Amino acid sequence: MPKPGSRRSRMMFSVDRPALALASLLLSAGCAFAEDPARYVIENGAIASPLTGQPGDPARGRKIVAERQKGLCLLCHQGPFPEERFQGDLAPTLAGAGSRLSEGELRLRLVDGTKVNPETIMPSYYRTDHLQRVPPAFAGRTLLTAAEIEDVVAFLSTLRDEAKAGNPSKEAK
Amino acid sequence: MGGRASAFLLVGFAALGLGLASLSAQTADAPPSDRKSGFDYMGPDSQAMQKDDLSNPGMLGVLDGEAMWNAPAGTTQKSCAACHGDARESMKGVAAKYPLLDEATKTPIDLVGRIDQCRVDRQQAAALPREGRESLALTAFVGLQSRGMPLAPPDDARLTPFRKAGEALYTRRMGQLNFSCAQCHDDNAGGHLGSAPIPQAHPTGYPIYRLEWQSLGSLQRRLRNCMVGTRAEPFAYGSPEFINLELYLNWRARGMEVETPGVRP
Ligand code: HEC
Ligand code: HEC
Ligand code: HEC
Repeated sequence: MPKPGSRRSRMMFSVDRPALALASLLLSAGCAFAEDPARYVIENGAIASPLTGQPGDPARGRKIVAERQKGLCLLCHQGPFPEERFQGDLAPTLAGAGSRLSEGELRLRLVDGTKVNPETIMPSYYRTDHLQRVPPAFAGRTLLTAAEIEDVVAFLSTLRDEAKAGNPSKEAK
Repeated sequence: MGGRASAFLLVGFAALGLGLASLSAQTADAPPSDRKSGFDYMGPDSQAMQKDDLSNPGMLGVLDGEAMWNAPAGTTQKSCAACHGDARESMKGVAAKYPLLDEATKTPIDLVGRIDQCRVDRQQAAALPREGRESLALTAFVGLQSRGMPLAPPDDARLTPFRKAGEALYTRRMGQLNFSCAQCHDDNAGGHLGSAPIPQAHPTGYPIYRLEWQSLGSLQRRLRNCMVGTRAEPFAYGSPEFINLELYLNWRARGMEVETPGVRP
């Protein structure tokens, strides 16, 4: 696994738009809540523009990250969440993420981490094309909404604690 | 303990369409010395529970299976024992070679399927539903007769295409979370997903008594748990996909010791 952030993709003006699975509209009541993912532009390893007109809310973002069934983040990452036991160790710590990565880089990492590292195990939180064997209840639904992505980006940007930034066990890999 | 295991369950699991992933059988094979059973990732209490037949809850299923082995069934009113005699002799090492190629259909068959053939064709009794108490009990009893023996998947060239299909599934990303089996069980084995240690996925203990389930369950049930965890549509019980996956997992684990009935968190 490459060191996080070591592979900056250089995709000029490529436009990605997750396909909305047609079938899911027919099969899943849950899909009433699926939103048609917004267009975004990847440039220099980042999505510079927010996905929504509303600025993200870091407090809501923190909640999403800490909630196991929503963000899933702590299944793999550790971070400054003293109240959360059982944090995973499959990924670099989130502490200091806001110092290491710009807002736009954080946004791309969440929207579609495969653009940063094609082999990544981190799910793409705002993409639904490219998936196989998705049960009807989840088909065509992004893991997070555009507004939730912005909340998480806003929260991660506040994590500027350089002292806790390293994760030696992962970097040694 | 329940908490950490259920974190995995609740989250379900998943991954991306690499589609034509590498078919080479060698890539995912850990050298024998690096292979670890799920047993090795358990705490001392669960290990002790598996080791001691008096405390291993899976042994209750084995006892049920033994009773069924000796009970006349079906229109023939023949017991398994009537044809096979003492299972300690006749079933020794049998479970360790399954799945293998069914000569009649020229497709792979797993142990559950083979036992069911005897039920239906030879005893002329009703088929046992997969994952039902009776099927699990008989499979556990037959499985026990291979305990301590090395997994010995047959080196049968006719099985190769099926095993490769199983490997392709193992390395293909699936589900809303877009994981392949290999990303967890090869690339991240030994790491922790939340608090759950990720084992290497060796099918050495099946059917297992899983503390999370409070019952015996088959390998296919375990695999369905992993698929649901990654939010992938699980394959059906008894499906060719599962049997192909099992062929690949057994091959990957060949030589490792059968532990049936294993205990797992
Ligand atoms: C299945 C495991 C997994 C999950 C779930 C996951 N990540 Fe990641 N994440 C990784 C891995 C592994 C990396 C390291 C880079 C890579 O391999 O892509 C990473 C990298 C990152 C990075 C870049 C870190 C750096 O310093 O470069 C950020 C930020 C991040 N993840 C945030 C999140 C957030 C927020 C969530 C939840 C919404 C999340 N991740 C969920 C596995 C995961
Ligand atoms: C996101 C990571 C992940 C993915 C993807 C995944 N698993 Fe698992 N698997 C686990 C974890 C964690 C456990 C142990 C669960 C526990 O102890 O609660 C496990 C357990 C197992 C076991 C039980 C091993 C034993 O000792 O009995 C097998 C076999 C297995 N997985 C096979 C698979 C297969 C085949 C796939 C693909 C269809 C798969 N897994 C996908 C994480 C994963
Ligand atoms: C009427 C006789 C008969 C009965 C009753 C019977 N079997 Fe069989 N069984 C056979 C024969 C014949 C074979 C095939 C042997 C061969 O193909 O080499 C076989 C094969 C098997 C095999 C595969 C052995 C191997 O080496 O691959 C298993 C396992 C098995 N039986 C289990 C059972 C169980 C469990 C029962 C009771 C539910 C049962 N059998 C009842 C006759 C019987």
